[in-house]
Amino acid sequence: MTNLSNTTIAAPTRRIRWSRLLDHAVLIAGSLFLLIPLLIVLQTTTTTDVETMKNGPQLVIGSQFDDNLKDAMVKASGFSGENTGMSMLINSMILGLGFALGKIIIGMMAAYALVYFRLRFATLAFWLIFTTLLLPLEVRILPSYEIAQKLGLLNTYTGLIVPLIASATATFFFRQFFRSVPEELVEAARIDGAGPVKFFIDILAPLSQTMIAAMFIIMFVYGWNQYLWPTMITTDEDMYTLVRGIKQITQDLEGTNIPEYGRANMLALIAILPPVAVVIFFQSWFVKGLTESDK
Amino acid sequence: MKRAGFTTTWLPILLLVPQLLIIAVFFYWPAVHALQSSFYLQDPFGFGSTYVGLENYTDLAQSSEYLKITRFTVVFTLLVTFFSLALALLLAVKADTVIRGARTYRTLLMWVYAVAPPVAGFIGLLMFNQSWGPLTDIARAIGWDFKLGVNFNDTATAMVIVSVWKQVPVNFIFFLSGLQSIPKSVREAALIDNRSASGRFWDVTFPLLAPTGFFLLIINITYALFDTFGIIDTLVKGEPGNNPMTLVYKVYVDGFRGNDLGGSSAQSVVLMVLVLALTVFQFRLVERRIHYT
Repeated sequence: MTNLSNTTIAAPTRRIRWSRLLDHAVLIAGSLFLLIPLLIVLQTTTTTDVETMKNGPQLVIGSQFDDNLKDAMVKASGFSGENTGMSMLINSMILGLGFALGKIIIGMMAAYALVYFRLRFATLAFWLIFTTLLLPLEVRILPSYEIAQKLGLLNTYTGLIVPLIASATATFFFRQFFRSVPEELVEAARIDGAGPVKFFIDILAPLSQTMIAAMFIIMFVYGWNQYLWPTMITTDEDMYTLVRGIKQITQDLEGTNIPEYGRANMLALIAILPPVAVVIFFQSWFVKGLTESDK
Repeated sequence: MKRAGFTTTWLPILLLVPQLLIIAVFFYWPAVHALQSSFYLQDPFGFGSTYVGLENYTDLAQSSEYLKITRFTVVFTLLVTFFSLALALLLAVKADTVIRGARTYRTLLMWVYAVAPPVAGFIGLLMFNQSWGPLTDIARAIGWDFKLGVNFNDTATAMVIVSVWKQVPVNFIFFLSGLQSIPKSVREAALIDNRSASGRFWDVTFPLLAPTGFFLLIINITYALFDTFGIIDTLVKGEPGNNPMTLVYKVYVDGFRGNDLGGSSAQSVVLMVLVLALTVFQFRLVERRIHYT
């Protein structure tokens, strides 16, 4: 697709150069629009708080990076002294990984049952499951909270992760994928005497590898970035995730003394890096998963 | 479903149980619960509740504050949707034409996808810092005394800018993949028929992108309604006061802070109906009118 513009040799070269330059100018401007805020966060993690408070972000790289990092990881901002950067990072990891794994495992199981078995109530189960795609958690947030409270799930990892899994995005995605797998494979497997479990483990799961990877990236980012639900369900400071703790981080900028820019921005940076790294490193899988699953 | 399958009955049931159990407990129960408690008036001290019929809904309809918030939500949604779609489309078209640095641009334009909304809001607080925020400085340079969190319109502007910043990458990814799926033969034919690049864009590329565009329209409306919660909450530092807020933020404030469960549930139901309407719109109208290639 991109080499198409190579074939427009007929037009005068000079005009093409100018329009090409404009293309690059627009793209560079767009990239900077997205990138500059991150650079500002980065810069302020390398300077002392006093410097940041006085001058704001500068063009120099300071020497405080390691001090700020140590502060962010070890120091707590709450009353209990338990929400250090380290504990929030661990909680974020548990939420991101737990959510992604839970969603994929449960989704694959349900999709396998819906696509490969003749069930009498399959249609009913299908509609029950896919109605959940219609209503995001945000619109039923309070009743969900009350129910989690009744079940004693406040401030637990189960309460943090499981209610977020209650939508069928992954199930829908795997159903679409399973349906695109050639039917001959099942027939061949059955003729060879393979049962449903063997077929799933030896044939279907290996075939789904790329799809699982793509789903995993999207779900990890989604889980890591959750805010509203963790805000409601976790009140103990040792259960805070980085993203949930951000409100307290902003309050560090409000303090009567010198706002702790170094520590706060470092925590924001730590909250940004893992999901961004995953998206950048597995870019092609991620884009494939995103554009093919949502349609 | 006409598919060759297995005939075992216990295994599929076993496989479906976890999914059905989770959605029963954490989807259907809360949804029904919200519907039910929207007809009740909860005692603020927890001593039971009384059936009030549609009173919670009529209260909403008559509340001037709710009307104001609805109006703000509509304007906010329109602005965020328009700007993030337009910017992303421009960038995607350019990223699709350049050859040199194409991969680098793609990475630079998509990474923000992975930034959490409240973290985006936090970065917004830095950018609009009262004493040295770069964007405050720019606003000052053109004579605009920008006061985040104090002035209603300034805060709203900041909310829109941060929300657009966060949403451009998603739209960019979808537009770019839409552009790249336009067959080469179609592009070459267009190149022969129409010499002007902008003419080619509006006559050929744009209509072919329409399915992607409509799909993104719904995605963006949903984003502006729901996912911007984190951005708004951090930008107002958790204290809404007189600052602008969206309908979802109001549900949270009334139900969680104000303990008005009935009113908050009624608002939840209103939002549910809104989302359902959007989804039906997406499936019915859009699918019928747009021609896929």
